[in-house]
Amino acid sequence: MKPSPFAYTAPSSLDEALAVLAEVGDDAKVLAGGQSLLPILSMRLAAPAHLVDINRISELAYVRVEDGGVRVGALARHVDVERSTEAHTVLPLLRQALQLVAHPVIRNRGTTVGSLAHADPSGEMTAVLALTGGSVEVVSSTGTRTVPAAEFFLGPLESAVAGGELAVSAHFPSFPERTGTAFVEVARRHGDYAMCGVAAAVTLDADGAVVSARAGYISVGPTPVLLDLTAAVSGASVTAADWAAAGELAQSQTEPEADIHATADYRRHLVGVLTARALAEAAGRAA
Amino acid sequence: MTTRLFGEPVLRVEDVKLVTGRGHYLDDLGHDALAAAFVRSPHAHARVLDIDVTGALDVDGLVAIYTYEDLVASGGAVADRLPLLIPHPALHAPRTGYPLARDEVNHVGEPVVMVVARDRYVAEDAAERIMVTYDFLPPVVGVAAARAADRCVHEDVPDNVAAHLKQEVGDVDAAMAAAPHTLELDLSIERSASMPMEGKGVLARWDAAEGSMRVYSSTQTSTSVRAAVAARLGLPLSKVHCIAPMVGGGFGVKIMHPWPEEVLVPWAARELDREVKWVEDRREHFVSSAHERGQLQTVQVGFDDEGRLLALDVRFWHDNGAYTPYGIIVPIITSTQLLGPYKPGAYRVEFWSLYTNTVIVTPYRGAGRPQACFAMERTMDAIAESLGIDRAEVRARNFITPAEMPYDHQLTFQDGRPLIYDSGDFPASLDKLKKLVGWEQTLAEVEAARAEGRRIGVGLACYVEGTGVGPYEGAHVVVESSGKVKVATGLTTQGQGHFTVFAQIAADELGVPLADVEVVTGDTRRFGYAVGTFASRAAVMSGNAVALASRKVRAKALRIAGDALEADPGDLEIVDGVVRVKGSPAASIPLATVAVLSNPLRYAFDEASKAATQFAVGDTSGPPVREDDEPGLEGTDYYSPVGATFANGMHAVVVETDPETAEIKVLRYCVVHDCGPLINPMIVEGQVHGGVAQGVGGALYERMEYDENGQLLNASFMDFLMPYASEIPHIEIDHLETRSPLNPLGIKGAGEAGVIPSAAVFASAIEDAEGFVITAMPISPSELFELRRRHVAGDIPSLRRAGSQRAGPDEVVAQDVVEAQTNQEKPT
Amino acid sequence: MSTEARSTPGTADSDARHDVQLTVNGVPRGACVPARRLLSDFLRHDLRLTGTHVGCEHGVCGACTVLLDGAPVRSCLLLAVTVSGHEVTTVEGLGGPDDMHPVQQAFQECHGLQCGFCTPGFLTTAAAYLEENPDPTEDEAREAISGNLCRCTGYQNIVASVLRAAAITRDRQATFGHDTPGVSRPKVAGRPDEGGTTAGAGAGA
Ligand SMILES: Cc1cc2nc3c(=O)[nH]c(=O)nc-3n(C[C@H](O)[C@H](O)[C@H](O)COP(=O)(O)OP(=O)(O)OC[C@H]3O[C@@H](n4cnc5c(N)ncnc54)[C@H](O)[C@@H]3O)c2cc1C
Ligand code: FES
Ligand code: FES
Repeated sequence: MKPSPFAYTAPSSLDEALAVLAEVGDDAKVLAGGQSLLPILSMRLAAPAHLVDINRISELAYVRVEDGGVRVGALARHVDVERSTEAHTVLPLLRQALQLVAHPVIRNRGTTVGSLAHADPSGEMTAVLALTGGSVEVVSSTGTRTVPAAEFFLGPLESAVAGGELAVSAHFPSFPERTGTAFVEVARRHGDYAMCGVAAAVTLDADGAVVSARAGYISVGPTPVLLDLTAAVSGASVTAADWAAAGELAQSQTEPEADIHATADYRRHLVGVLTARALAEAAGRAA
Repeated sequence: MTTRLFGEPVLRVEDVKLVTGRGHYLDDLGHDALAAAFVRSPHAHARVLDIDVTGALDVDGLVAIYTYEDLVASGGAVADRLPLLIPHPALHAPRTGYPLARDEVNHVGEPVVMVVARDRYVAEDAAERIMVTYDFLPPVVGVAAARAADRCVHEDVPDNVAAHLKQEVGDVDAAMAAAPHTLELDLSIERSASMPMEGKGVLARWDAAEGSMRVYSSTQTSTSVRAAVAARLGLPLSKVHCIAPMVGGGFGVKIMHPWPEEVLVPWAARELDREVKWVEDRREHFVSSAHERGQLQTVQVGFDDEGRLLALDVRFWHDNGAYTPYGIIVPIITSTQLLGPYKPGAYRVEFWSLYTNTVIVTPYRGAGRPQACFAMERTMDAIAESLGIDRAEVRARNFITPAEMPYDHQLTFQDGRPLIYDSGDFPASLDKLKKLVGWEQTLAEVEAARAEGRRIGVGLACYVEGTGVGPYEGAHVVVESSGKVKVATGLTTQGQGHFTVFAQIAADELGVPLADVEVVTGDTRRFGYAVGTFASRAAVMSGNAVALASRKVRAKALRIAGDALEADPGDLEIVDGVVRVKGSPAASIPLATVAVLSNPLRYAFDEASKAATQFAVGDTSGPPVREDDEPGLEGTDYYSPVGATFANGMHAVVVETDPETAEIKVLRYCVVHDCGPLINPMIVEGQVHGGVAQGVGGALYERMEYDENGQLLNASFMDFLMPYASEIPHIEIDHLETRSPLNPLGIKGAGEAGVIPSAAVFASAIEDAEGFVITAMPISPSELFELRRRHVAGDIPSLRRAGSQRAGPDEVVAQDVVEAQTNQEKPT
Repeated sequence: MSTEARSTPGTADSDARHDVQLTVNGVPRGACVPARRLLSDFLRHDLRLTGTHVGCEHGVCGACTVLLDGAPVRSCLLLAVTVSGHEVTTVEGLGGPDDMHPVQQAFQECHGLQCGFCTPGFLTTAAAYLEENPDPTEDEAREAISGNLCRCTGYQNIVASVLRAAAITRDRQATFGHDTPGVSRPKVAGRPDEGGTTAGAGAGA
């Protein structure tokens, strides 16, 4: 279990990185925290000819509150985002989700943008990006594009970042006033990828009635799934809302598949249960 | 008096080294050795047609590539099939593999080509470029497929049956026919594995000048690896040594030997005249080490109105994987240890050990007992359920009583000897457990919680474990002229604290401080005769051997000191390393001096040794070394028992299942354990904790997930779910200490205890929480969810105790039940 | 390790060697290694600091956990070359037999290890955790070590060890009125000027 050989570059600036990426292009892999890439290399499931290590590009190591949300640079570790008080203030969902990402030691090294670029549909942050309606800024030597969440995740382990490109930051917009959020999941062991996970956001009006109930799902499809469930609970108060009905609505719109840890039916069942739990918890926080 | 160390929670002497990063495990040795890697079969069943190595030849740093042909070409036994370690008359179709596949592979992971290179990275580069052409054969995966025998693993074993064994005591058919009640159960339990944190590994150093081989192996038996290497390489035993360095856990998988790599690495070291090392990586460990547990079982039981067993008829089908190098020890243990603490009435057990195209099956901690306990305890719960009797009460009614000890089951145990329980007080153990749990109160609390809509269940399971099986272990104890005591025993250590426990025993016997004793295990240079560490035997076997050898040394020390002090040895005692006359401690001589005197010298090499030189020693009437004596203050002795000594235990667990997500949470876990007098309670409790954790893993998380093609789908720690701290409950322990009459220390083994009842106790508790029968383990939330659906659909009947009442003995409505609980058979 | 050049066609520059310089347990250490060398292998085989163990090489078991600039990370999921220039603390750097770190002492006192293979990862993880939370509850202690696998102990005594380590730290502070060996400041275990006499460098010799 040792990686195949590769050529290695560790640029110290973004410009330098883009120049290298332009040169080595499709044969290259970007190395961020390495918490997903290194196991893949060591198991020789991938053998890129070139590795471009972005860990020296300190200009990308930031977590900022900006443009009505949180912008996370490509070198911000999960732990930086999780612990940022400013980020937590404008978007508590980030911390709620990150605490479910692996174990703290993995979060010390893994990057949030890396987990988006990795596009594992079981990764919590993919659902967060989807639910917040966020976007990823992708640059190459030829320019910059901002890819909205809905277009960023193309399939399992496949994102819109193309060869020669670097995802430099992700933007997670915060929610309107009187919105509560929650992240609820069921994993086999504490810290494992979830069999099903739900990020929920519920917005109330001034009288406490639900005006919006939406949820993002992990581990139930090839990409994170985003559902608007407002129809099931619209206008209801937090205590009177039929969250289970929202869960049923979600079930009718998801097509999870089986794997060795869960049958498809069990996953679908979890979609219902966890939707209700997540929405209720989110609504409680909105009130 | 020196305080007795036996029974004290003495801190481990090996720990300072281990917590400061100074323990040396296999891969911490041989930094300059060449590295080996293997091309392993990617197919479960195939013929090897061609091996093309040309692509690998230009890899810089490559040293050698070996295939089966090279083994043949080198001559000798290295190309032979690996040995059948434990032959048995019932194993009528034994098969073992070759160190490198000859023409056929029978499981994914079987080694086909060996690569040796500068380092492991390069070795893997080369291995990746070797092209092997296979002709696929249809694989046999799972017990059901092996039984059906539509396909076979070995061409000449068309029914896939490696072994078939039947034992019967009494007339089962008659007793069953006469029984007022009978029940049938269909049970299944899946594969797991030892999965030590350190994989296997071998380092070999060939000394061409001496013609000698030194092998380091992460093994549970260095003496036997030594013998195997000598035989395979055609070397005299005296030219081969094997050392087990610090070993990062074993749990059974490392008692299996010689692994192909244990033969190949020394062979390659000699071929190349270079040091060669192989360190198994985790993926290799999953697909080329051993697994255990997989069985399908059927139980038919006849019992009376009180729930007493009258007849027990068990048949099971055991998955032994692709080969049977370790014989049929596991199913034999299942078949005999199934009886637990109970009197079965008439008993018949019959098993078939079956080939499948999967990794071999050899003992994993518990070694067939968890399956046995599962069968017996599911049966006990079924009886309790059908008669409406309290589950603890049904067990109590069937116990062998202390007055009936020793109890002869009239069966043959795994060591080929009669199955006779030597000791135990099962009613007392159960009382202790009920007290620890607060049995009645807990049942009441569960009832109350249930009324609130929570799903809580209590489970209970009992087992008896034959430990300390022979044939023997030995120990050598020497007091050096410094007064330090060196103890060597041949069996090996994988974290059980032998360095401390054996030192405690020696220190007690010799009257020296613990700090003066140093223990070495698993090094054939220090002690050549041994069997190995398995079957919870180390403390019993080597512990007693150390005691006996120490007693010899003590006797000799007293004799020599008696001469020196002109006192009767019977009047002497040894305290803190000083031999002195009881009652007049001024007349004394340090043990160090006794050691000096024990070895008459011509040459003095330091101050102390002067005392033993020829002009210093007074008595010239006899020879310096007496006729019946030997120089040196040392002794060797062996302990060889007539039979196993039987430890036992009873566990209870309280679980809560989530009514919605079907997640299973452990609320309490209680253990009562009887392994006789505890040498070091801290260490014994640690063993129990570890066993329970493995049991929790085996019951709720771990399984080997093979697909129909024989691919192991979860060959990583990401998907083979060993529990973290977050999955393991706090464990409450109480001990009963009934002595074994069989050995000088009165002790029984403790190593495997914690893991044995897990599948049984969790099935019992989950069933209690859910209100329907559980017949297959392990169980995951997803599976529990599916069972619930089938229960709701009426496919699985409710327990009678489900709903509101848990019938107490008064509400018993005895009823003839012949329930075929066949409804949960799982695809295997 | 020699620094011989690679000659295999096609892999010549892809397995080129890089000079990796780290401060390990306070001591500058370096070697010239291919980019693909995992930090775990670099520490264990190039620097011969074998206290760090490898149980899975895919990030799950935690046996390989070391402190990178004071924070616990999996050394099997890092390339040595990536962390060149940084500080690494291994179990050898926590303390030696004569100056054990509170977590080391506690693991012995509470029987927090059996085979000891997982132990280095637990020690580094716990040491870093206690710097942040010097007085954890039992639940917090359990949570803190719940990313590390141990196959021997069942964790109960490891949890107890973490709590005991917190108590030892408090006792030492009360007795000596100063901090105990700090893991994010591995100065006690090995100042550069102490050279080869330090735990870290010594064990590699
Ligand atoms: C034991 C374990 C458990 C885990 N559990 C979870 C979990 O429960 N939930 C979860 O979400 N994650 C989990 N992870 C993964 C972890 O969150 C990873 O850190 C994360 O998915 C990837 O981030 P990284 O920075 O480590 O990326 P890397 O591993 O460095 O890269 C991952 C992939 O993304 C690409 N990439 C990374 N950054 C960029 C970039 N800026 N631009 C372009 N491409 C880029 C890489 O080329 C690579 O293909 C776990 C990991 C481990 C080892
Ligand atoms: S070896 Fe690094 S986490 Fe297991
Ligand atoms: S002590 Fe052996 S794995 Fe933890």
